[in-house]
Amino acid sequence: MTWAFVFALAGTAYAFKVLGLVVVGERRLPPVLDRCLALIPAAMLAAIVVKDTFSDGQALVLDARAAGVAAAAVAAWRKAPLIVVIVIGAAVTAAVRRFAT
Amino acid sequence: MREWLRDPRMREVVSACITLGFAVGVFAVSFGVASVSSGASVAQTCALSLLVFTGASQFAAVSVLGSGGSAASAFGGAALLAARNAVYGLAMAQHMKGSLPMRLLAAQWTIDESTAMAAVQTDDAHRRTAFWVTGGSIYLFWNVGTLAGALLGSAIDPETWGLDAAFPAAFVAMLWPLLRQRRPALAAAIGGALCLVLIPITPVGVPILCAALGVLVGLPTPPPGRTVAVAQ
Repeated sequence: MTWAFVFALAGTAYAFKVLGLVVVGERRLPPVLDRCLALIPAAMLAAIVVKDTFSDGQALVLDARAAGVAAAAVAAWRKAPLIVVIVIGAAVTAAVRRFAT
Repeated sequence: MREWLRDPRMREVVSACITLGFAVGVFAVSFGVASVSSGASVAQTCALSLLVFTGASQFAAVSVLGSGGSAASAFGGAALLAARNAVYGLAMAQHMKGSLPMRLLAAQWTIDESTAMAAVQTDDAHRRTAFWVTGGSIYLFWNVGTLAGALLGSAIDPETWGLDAAFPAAFVAMLWPLLRQRRPALAAAIGGALCLVLIPITPVGVPILCAALGVLVGLPTPPPGRTVAVAQ
């Protein structure tokens, strides 16, 4: 990682935050843009979960992480707090990796 | 400060916000570990949390760089994820009146958690308190946790502790409530499926960018009478 990367990402992230809260403020966007922007977290979070669970570089793999994330999904479905979901995901992955592989 | 102590409901809001900050701090430890094991220095890792301060983007960036992706694809994915904070800013703008310097500070703290905690309050006073207390406590705990993780990073192996599954687990927890509505569920399904299909055939990081096409399910006008899904 380079420092240029750190500062570019910092500037971009802050620009988006300021854009919504300060620049656009109470002015309204076209509804279609509003609807699409609101779907960004769902589409991208799902993609990151898939990537971090089933990939190793460019290879698709099925390993201990799948068990951990599945356990975390059950915990999320049971409405466990964020920290509990994270601990379950990590603990199950560690246990499966230690004892089953 | 004094009014928080007198109003029992305000106390409840404040303690919920601080608890959330603490939980996120534990998550920050795993970010610190992941970041240094992906090749960033301790100083760069802390700078990311202090300046970028939006967890999903930070994780996406170090995860793409750590698995050998290019800087451009790491930046693109992280920037797209950061774009959602603009939507949160739009949602908060009508409640965050104040001087320009205050709003510029509020902008840095406009993230998933502060917006969500504010959104569930029923009046503007509680909403502002929830926003500022959540933003402040998360900023504090996120940065302290990052430093702790970055210093630990070289001393522990993330895989032994299953920390490589901590991020997808956290993202599952953030994603889950969004799946209850039809359109976000469809967007998530498309994003996840696109990513899965593209992983073996495109450079690392590109699948995440392409997954953003899932937002196109927002194009059709929703049928009247149905509430439009809004990310909270």
